[in-house]
Amino acid sequence: MDNNSSDIDIVVLTKGVPDFREGKVSFDEHGHLERGKTPTVMNPNDRFAMKAALQTKVRSGGKITVMSMGPPGYKEILQEAMNIYADELYLLSDREMAAADTWATAITICSAVEKLDPTPDIVFAGFKTADGETGHTGPQTSWALEWPIITHVVSLDVDVDERKIRARRLVQGDIKEIETVEVDLPCFVIPDPEFEAEYPRASHRLRLQNLTEETQVRSDAYEETLTMWDHKELNLDPDFIGLDGSPTIVGRVDPIPKAPSDREATIIDLENKSGLEEMLGIMAPFAGGK
Amino acid sequence: MREYEHYEAIVVGAGPGGAAAAAVLAENDIETIVLERGMEAGSKNVSGGLIYAEESSPYTIDNLFPEFRNEATERPITEYKLHNISGEKVASFDLKGLHEYDTKWCDSVLRRKMDSWLSKEVQSRTQETGGGLINGIHVNGLLRDENGKIKGVTCDEIDPITADVVIAADGVTSELARASGLMDWERPEEWFQGVKVVVDLKEVDNIFDLEPETGIAHLFSGDLFEGVRGGGFLYTNQESLSIGTVFHLDSIMEEEAESHELLNKLLTHPLLGQWLDKDYCELEYSAKLVPDSKKAANPNPHLDRLLLVGDAAGQMQAQGPIIKGMNHAVTAGALAAEAFVEMKERGDSEKAGERYELKLRQTGLMGKLRPPMYSVVKVVAENKVATAIVDGVLTSPVGRAAIRTMGKRIGKLYNVPILSMAIPDTSTPYVTLPTIIGQEVGEIIKSKNLVDPPELADRISKLAYDTDIGKPHIELIDNSYAASGGAVTACPVSAVGFGGGCYRMEEIEVDGKIELRVSLDTQPCIECGTCAVVAKTEWSNPRGNKGVEFKHG
Repeated sequence: MDNNSSDIDIVVLTKGVPDFREGKVSFDEHGHLERGKTPTVMNPNDRFAMKAALQTKVRSGGKITVMSMGPPGYKEILQEAMNIYADELYLLSDREMAAADTWATAITICSAVEKLDPTPDIVFAGFKTADGETGHTGPQTSWALEWPIITHVVSLDVDVDERKIRARRLVQGDIKEIETVEVDLPCFVIPDPEFEAEYPRASHRLRLQNLTEETQVRSDAYEETLTMWDHKELNLDPDFIGLDGSPTIVGRVDPIPKAPSDREATIIDLENKSGLEEMLGIMAPFAGGK
Repeated sequence: MREYEHYEAIVVGAGPGGAAAAAVLAENDIETIVLERGMEAGSKNVSGGLIYAEESSPYTIDNLFPEFRNEATERPITEYKLHNISGEKVASFDLKGLHEYDTKWCDSVLRRKMDSWLSKEVQSRTQETGGGLINGIHVNGLLRDENGKIKGVTCDEIDPITADVVIAADGVTSELARASGLMDWERPEEWFQGVKVVVDLKEVDNIFDLEPETGIAHLFSGDLFEGVRGGGFLYTNQESLSIGTVFHLDSIMEEEAESHELLNKLLTHPLLGQWLDKDYCELEYSAKLVPDSKKAANPNPHLDRLLLVGDAAGQMQAQGPIIKGMNHAVTAGALAAEAFVEMKERGDSEKAGERYELKLRQTGLMGKLRPPMYSVVKVVAENKVATAIVDGVLTSPVGRAAIRTMGKRIGKLYNVPILSMAIPDTSTPYVTLPTIIGQEVGEIIKSKNLVDPPELADRISKLAYDTDIGKPHIELIDNSYAASGGAVTACPVSAVGFGGGCYRMEEIEVDGKIELRVSLDTQPCIECGTCAVVAKTEWSNPRGNKGVEFKHG
């Protein structure tokens, strides 16, 4: 199946971000993130991109390449992706690429995607990262590639013969309004966190199981499938990438003030039965979703 | 019309029957897909806990899966005792003879461990055929062609699938068996209900005085179950016990008995005090409907391309105190697969069902499930007058004297296989006889029982559920007390006056008059199927991965 010429070549872009989950993230006394003490994980929204890529591979065949840009330590982020599914891993890593804003990142990734042979048919990216929250890198990369982009995708179907992608997407990011679009390949796709992979056929489920088992095995020796590229390999001028190539200037970082709230919390002693009864009395009218 | 995916064979359910069928199909290179509704095989399965391998059977589970006994079972059961109980007096007999009759081996099992191991074997073998095993798929019905002939299955999660043969091994709550009209859920007298707890016990060897690689089964009958026809069991596992009760469902209905309370009578009887102490800890409460093959086994369990095996076909043999279900499911599953393979070779795979039926008879399996002798005994003995006369004699001084005279030799009678196969379904063998034996030749048990069994609410709260919110899998069609009130007591997770169960009795005012109604909440449901028989419901299993998840089974 993997060598079929009508297969779809897929790239998934992912980024390592601080693990903001309770118990993992660490802040100093000023409320600043302690980067060294906080583990780096795959950006949570990228899971939806991974799922969409895997659905495409299961249903239409093809190859999944997962690509990230960052320090060499980001290799483990790629292993995390491979646990979901990846055939090949690429890490764009170079001091010259460091401290890039979304613009310089997009230029770098675009060069790497174009260098892949064959040129991919679909690039999937997550809907904004948990650290920067800009949501710019994906769209800017699609602009650099001069590809059409579909955002907020909740379900998709790839027509290999017609070389088209049909997607259902949220209009204005609102679940209440969904439109269906059809776009020629190649195409850039950003799945929404509402994205749900669909495997309507028994053969899909079987292939999904097989692929999931395969990728687990591959993931144990993931460095064997990992390629590292620096700016020379991508033929990029250091002046146009990394900090030097970033037009964004960060003036100052202010902590976000605590959101004002007029709600009050009442502490209930679990040992105190009357306290519990009172709470149940308050909650009772809301039972049943009223 | 939309084109469906086609496989040579579909096996529904990855229990022992489905695993056996899949193994034989894969062995013969038949492209086979196995669909299991649990998130893992075994998460929906419960059994009392003994699996036999019979000398006379053409297939046993260890023939098909050579590592089975090393990987999937708990202990070999090497001792078998029957206790006749009358109050605190107990007369115990050794039933080893009956237990070993036609037995190659017998092991205790816990189904989550057993079925999940089997399913991994099945997965790799069926993958080789181009198929495989998929968990989390609920097969909800039959796919028929324009003439109404069965050609495949429909599922909640995936598109319909067609096949040359569909082997339904989807258990006692088989929706395919009902959709095809081959089985029904009408008569309580065709069913038993089993209730079981798995009890944590690290020191099984010491407490039961067992050598390594040995185990014991204890059976209990007599007056401790308040006249409800049935009995109790205790089987030793590696580091736990399976303790349970099995009663005729019609008797549970007649006596309005609460099965969990009857189970508590057993758990708190002085006899069990020698093994259980105040640190008694239940790991899991479960229940299951059990077909009585003497009445329920369909002699022609097939229609078009559909072949039923195991509990789905009522193939559960209660041979007096010996209960054999899983081994027959294995044999039937393998025979069904074999029948398809043979008929396919002859280019006549549509006749697989007839061939399967023939094999069930020729191998003697149908004879075990529906013993010819039972039908003779049934006419004579399952007659109220006859029961009254026999019970009258037994309880008279003459009967009691006879039992005293026979003394321990009564044990020999219990060990006669042909007699045990023909035990009538009356109170005589279950209640009257054991009680009198206990009274006349029993000894008073001196041990104290300090077990304080958990409340039903605690038993339910210990279970794991993934509730399909907003999609109850059982619908109450008639909520009048007359039609569905039986479920309030018979449902193993419901009880009169208990608000946390599935079925509740409610008083409502209709035109100024108070009427009794039944209400249903499927959240605590353990998917046994009892209410499908005793109440008016539209019963189906939950979607794949949803509902209760047994960790031990």
